[in-house]
Amino acid sequence: MNALERHRALSRIWASDPGWRGWFTSVNHTDLGRMFMAVSAFFFIVGGILAMLIRAQLASPRSAFLGPEHYNQIFTMHGTIMMFLFAIPMFEGLAVYLLPKMLGSRDLAFPRLTAYGFWCYVFGGAMMIFSLLAGIAPDSGWFMYPPLSSAINSPGINSDFWLIGITFVEISAISAAVEITVTILRYRAPGMSLARMPIFAWYALVTAVMILTGFPPLILGSILLELERAFGLPFFQVAHGGDALLWQHLFWLFGHPEVYIIFLPAAGAISTILPVMSRTRLLGHQWVIASAVSLAVLSFGLWVHHMFTTGIPHLALAFFSAASTLVAVPTAVQIFAWIGTIAKGRPQMHLPMMWMLSFFATFVIGGLTGVMVAVVPFDWQAHDTYFIVAHLHYVLIGGFVFPMLGALYYWMPHVTGRKTFFKLGNTAFWLIVPGFHGTFLLLHWAGLLGMRRRIDTFDPGQGWEVINIIASVSSFVMAIGFALVLIDVVVNAAVAIRGSRDPWGAGTLEWAMPTPAAPYNFASLPQITSREPLWDTPDLPVQLARGEGYLGDPSRNRRETLTVEPATGAPEYIVVFPGNTALPILMSAVTGLFFLGMLIKAYWLVPVAAVGVLGCALVWAWGLQRRTPEGPLPVGRGLSLPVASEVAHPPGWWGSLFLLLADGTFFGSLLFGYAFLWTIAPNWPPQVWAQPGPHAIAILATGAVLAVIAARYARLWILQGSAMIVMGASGVLVLRSMPDPTVHAYAATVWVLVGYAILHQFIAFVTAVFHGMTRVAGHDPRTGPGLHRITVLWSDYAVGVSVIGIGAAAIPGFV
Amino acid sequence: MLAGCEERLSTVHPAGPAASAIADLWWVLLIGSVAITLLVAGLVLWAWRRPEGAVSERRFVIWLGLAFPMTVLWALLAYGLFIGERLLPREGPDTLVVTAEARRYEWRFGYDDRPGAVTRNRLHIPAGRPVDVAITSVDVVHAFWVPRLAGKLDAVPGHVNTLRIEAAQPGEYAGLSAEYNGPGYRGHGFTVIAHDAAGWQAFLQGEAP
Ligand code: HEM
Ligand SMILES: [Cu+2]
Ligand SMILES: [Cu+2]
Repeated sequence: MNALERHRALSRIWASDPGWRGWFTSVNHTDLGRMFMAVSAFFFIVGGILAMLIRAQLASPRSAFLGPEHYNQIFTMHGTIMMFLFAIPMFEGLAVYLLPKMLGSRDLAFPRLTAYGFWCYVFGGAMMIFSLLAGIAPDSGWFMYPPLSSAINSPGINSDFWLIGITFVEISAISAAVEITVTILRYRAPGMSLARMPIFAWYALVTAVMILTGFPPLILGSILLELERAFGLPFFQVAHGGDALLWQHLFWLFGHPEVYIIFLPAAGAISTILPVMSRTRLLGHQWVIASAVSLAVLSFGLWVHHMFTTGIPHLALAFFSAASTLVAVPTAVQIFAWIGTIAKGRPQMHLPMMWMLSFFATFVIGGLTGVMVAVVPFDWQAHDTYFIVAHLHYVLIGGFVFPMLGALYYWMPHVTGRKTFFKLGNTAFWLIVPGFHGTFLLLHWAGLLGMRRRIDTFDPGQGWEVINIIASVSSFVMAIGFALVLIDVVVNAAVAIRGSRDPWGAGTLEWAMPTPAAPYNFASLPQITSREPLWDTPDLPVQLARGEGYLGDPSRNRRETLTVEPATGAPEYIVVFPGNTALPILMSAVTGLFFLGMLIKAYWLVPVAAVGVLGCALVWAWGLQRRTPEGPLPVGRGLSLPVASEVAHPPGWWGSLFLLLADGTFFGSLLFGYAFLWTIAPNWPPQVWAQPGPHAIAILATGAVLAVIAARYARLWILQGSAMIVMGASGVLVLRSMPDPTVHAYAATVWVLVGYAILHQFIAFVTAVFHGMTRVAGHDPRTGPGLHRITVLWSDYAVGVSVIGIGAAAIPGFV
Repeated sequence: MLAGCEERLSTVHPAGPAASAIADLWWVLLIGSVAITLLVAGLVLWAWRRPEGAVSERRFVIWLGLAFPMTVLWALLAYGLFIGERLLPREGPDTLVVTAEARRYEWRFGYDDRPGAVTRNRLHIPAGRPVDVAITSVDVVHAFWVPRLAGKLDAVPGHVNTLRIEAAQPGEYAGLSAEYNGPGYRGHGFTVIAHDAAGWQAFLQGEAP
């Protein structure tokens, strides 16, 4: 078989459906990555138009262009769209598109999950856009502080759009994060040990783990606030034992890591692009990885710096102030490593490099103003003024948008397969960068002159007029620049001439394929021996096309790729991917009905949709099961490997593990909320406790012991499922002994804790029964060890959260 | 005595000890930041022009990346903490206590020294004496902020936060709600009236409302 025949055969296997159908049934990461990026670019435009409306309104004092009702929706939606619908999805899209190509794989770990996440993002985003067009958009600011966003003070549907729409969109962040994590750990080319992994993958791994641990507090907060708004469970109502500060803690427990979730992928792009543009390797590679990791860890200990003015004791503030200034250290390590890289190499002024330089010119200032507001007394003055607005845009635009524009011009030849032809990009650069500084630099000063953020207009004579008119004019200059970038991209994609395969002379694997990429990425998978495979083996692309790598033989006629042992990169097993399917879009549409039911208070729809989602999930999972084992199969280069369904730790097990990491963080945040209310909120303790009695505890203990034992034996699946029902009974007993949850936050929180436990008992029950069904259906036990281990994981987790959750709920009633 | 209009809300035209300390802090921060920005810009320029060749990883990562920021930050942190401690409300012989209660869209002030009196949107204090404002809210989260006198502190329902303010000279000082609180946010403010000794006595006698 020659290279062309191999290409034809693989293309037939991997191609998406032809025509418009392909958009909806594709599960291919190249397609979905591009769609993700295109949709997030669309949201950037929407957010940008809102920004222009803001700047138009603030151009002159006493402007009558927008009143507060509109202005409040506009700034809230600008912030919300930029953070949730532009920045995070742009990272997801870039990672979805690039990672398999950089890692030497043919797709992401869970192709259908990519599609599911993407469609959840589209549908959730559409909800938000609808609210904007209908004039009923959220208007409590992007951090939605209750009680302003609570039902008494915001009775309209506006806040519900935020809570429900954003939670819906976050499904896509969580699924992308699970997928990215598992892909980076396992779906690499043979020989790619962690040490040989491209730096971008390191950053993406750190970011993905941060999403898994950073988003759950927000999701929890949104659920609690929606429960309060819809059913009167008073988590944030001080008169009923709630506390407005609980929301602020949960929100910023998410919100600060969020900033690094946005910055780190951009830093990953810089660490990838800047050395190539300087014709050298990254200086201090290990140090850069270490600082990305420590940045991630530290960023979870900083959230209180957004709450310096809420009356927290000064000693605690001092701790968070120290931690907040400390993050400057790993950031500095990276910045100086990049400067050192420029110094040791031979830098060239290509457009991507110009964007890297604009990053330095902007982000350093944003970092320094960040250190300023980390100093507590200064923040007491700067907080909630335009100083903060200026600071956050220096960080977000300087630290994310500019590097991403560099990434756009760096990887565009890869996506389009064309040479960047027109010089429009340079003109755009010279409009955007000065326009940006013109917009935001002086706004720091306006803040110090007392201009608060979020005011819809201002009176003349306070020294703000000149600053604001300069800001508004500059922002329009910047907007023209962004429009030029858009035109440039469209024109380039449409008419530019075909380019060479590796225009920048980069060493990473994504350039080892013809561009635009074929749906299968690599005709055969390389054996990796260093961090820059293309620099060691310049004719690697030819060898791969000739099928000299792994899995070069398409004769099994299905989508296959290899996984490796996480640390060493030794090949481990074959993964067989599903083909094109409309199941993901269907499932996300049904998921959308679930959220829609909540939103429009058609509560009958909620359980119906939940059953629908469960049905889709079962069909989905059943499709992965195999009746008969295949044994080890040849993968080329004299190697034979088993397939995923016959190994102990298949991708599904890894995916469950990381999903449980997010789930566990959610549960931890819930316990934190319980403890917080207990110790900090006024109006505690409550008047009445849950009194489940000793028999409820005895039932729980029995169920738990049974479940732990039965889960260990695949044959005992019926007992395993029954144990979950027993535990569920104890949960119901606790709930029945509960006081009314609308009266006090104690009862409301306990309801959620027990409800969470019952939900997980149900999930564990379903997985146990599902596993049992494969046995009933006569599947060979050799195809089931992985599935069994997955049920053990979920079963043990359910036992853990039941004991802790129901215990925490019931114990106060005994003492 | 009234400051020029341009400075009405300016944190860099302080009129009391707390705001002065923070304004000084700001100028230190600004000078330091400009110096560091120039340093980084200079380094980038140097790196760009330098001919190709190995550089010391130690110098860039350990010295510039770790040691340099650590030193600067510890110094800064100590300075910030010192100021923060000084600004805290502490018991003192001539400290006065007033209460501030925020709602949409009004501020109500009460006075320990003149029980029963409530003033709306006007807070009376004596000049030259430290005043502790006990801040709370009856509805949403607000913040109490008199930029020329001190930093801001939130008014959180169910909690009472205490902020120390002091006006060096008699006069009127503009105050603001500085936590977004809905459609009336822009106009939600108040005035602090700092009296001289005689004026304050008159206020306590109930002559000035
Ligand atoms: C395209 C140029 C942009 C301009 C001219 C702009 C302008 C502004 C302005 C003037 C505000 C303050 C509104 C107010 O407080 O009344 C604001 C708020 C905000 N912006 Fe931007 N922005 C831009 C891009 C971005 C980007 C790219 C992001 C994030 C990735 C972003 C995130 C935010 C956030 C989170 C807020 C706070 C919203 C709130 O207070 O609830 N902006 N923007
Ligand atoms: Cu933060
Ligand atoms: Cu605030």
